[in-house]
Amino acid sequence: MASLKDLRTRIGTVKSTQKITRAMQMVAASKLRRAQDAVEAARPYAQRMERMLGSLGSSMAEQEGAPPLLVGTGKDETHLLVVATGERGLCGAFNSSIARAARADIRKLQAEGKKVKVLCVGRKGRDVLRREYNDLIIDTIELTGIRRLAFTDAQPIAVEILDLFEAGEFDVCTLYFNAFKSVISQVLTRRQLIPASLPDVDDQCGPDLGDAIYDYEPDEEEILVELLPRNLRVQVYQALLENAASEQGARMSAMDNATRNAGDMIDKLTLNYNRTRQAQITSELIEIISGAEAL
Amino acid sequence: MADKIAFELVSPDHLLISEDVDMIVIPGGEGDFGVLVGHQPMISTVRPGILEVEKAGAENRRIFVNGGFAEITGDRCAVMTEEAVPVEELDRANLEQRIKDAEEDIQEARSDLERHLIDLKLATLRETLQVV
Repeated sequence: MASLKDLRTRIGTVKSTQKITRAMQMVAASKLRRAQDAVEAARPYAQRMERMLGSLGSSMAEQEGAPPLLVGTGKDETHLLVVATGERGLCGAFNSSIARAARADIRKLQAEGKKVKVLCVGRKGRDVLRREYNDLIIDTIELTGIRRLAFTDAQPIAVEILDLFEAGEFDVCTLYFNAFKSVISQVLTRRQLIPASLPDVDDQCGPDLGDAIYDYEPDEEEILVELLPRNLRVQVYQALLENAASEQGARMSAMDNATRNAGDMIDKLTLNYNRTRQAQITSELIEIISGAEAL
Repeated sequence: MADKIAFELVSPDHLLISEDVDMIVIPGGEGDFGVLVGHQPMISTVRPGILEVEKAGAENRRIFVNGGFAEITGDRCAVMTEEAVPVEELDRANLEQRIKDAEEDIQEARSDLERHLIDLKLATLRETLQVV
């Protein structure tokens, strides 16, 4: 049985761990609130962009000479997976769930005889995927040191994707991230970026729009040429924001659990400590009494 | 209310302006145009330039927008831009930097269309610089 001193040190260790996890939980909670605000603030732009793309894209998609960003290259050979994860651990299953989904899809695509390339955003995803698929990772974009995600932070990622696409490096591009649903639930999302997935126009148009017929200036094609890269940037930005909120949410609940576990542990250890102390006193008493009786 | 148009200026980061105004002058891709209530529904590109908002009882506001799109639906007008700065806050050095960037971009442009677009952008940037 552990000595009293051992138990005391253990209780002390667990207590200081609990202090850390509790602080981390509180930090995550306040960061989460900020991240959530950012997601909310970005929504109007993305929604309008989507609506415009919906009305434009559906009319263009059938025509010949539609921009490849919209309709793709017509092939389905090489897939680019953009895996967006966090920069830090200690956030429950946040990073591993993204990595797991990416890994499963890589395996599936490879089994179908397709070529796969991976672009990692964030350190954690790369660390996991590197073990198995190091030769598939073409680049990693790290987001370390960014305190508050701004639109410009999404830029390098979008530029890289567009450059690769123009160089003919891939045919289909899918973005992996966790969408924020609530503090305890983050939904793994795969979003196809290229060819652009068009929103359903029918349920997008509010009653105020009705079947408004738009004039286009300059013309549909030119607008689309400008709209599509911007849309890609917005999609990446949104995914990053959702990811940031999810990460903080996941960390918050993970740290909440850790704090509770530490509390349970302390209770158990304290009980054990008290029992041991009592047992020691009892045995000392017995020794004294039996010593006195022997006299 | 009937003679006002609901105007929204949105950037990816947030909703910048959302209010009823009398008229908006938008630097469209093919020239500036004014939008009043009851405008024909249309979608237009916006080149980098100065957007003007007119509202009765208030001073006209002038805002620099860094390109984007405008969507107009009769009683609503939404301008989407990646960056918007009120003219008073613009700073010369920043604009000059942008012009330099655009000049570099034009060297690297791959297609005629792209070159044409950057050229347009450059022209407005220079124009804006004059105003400031």
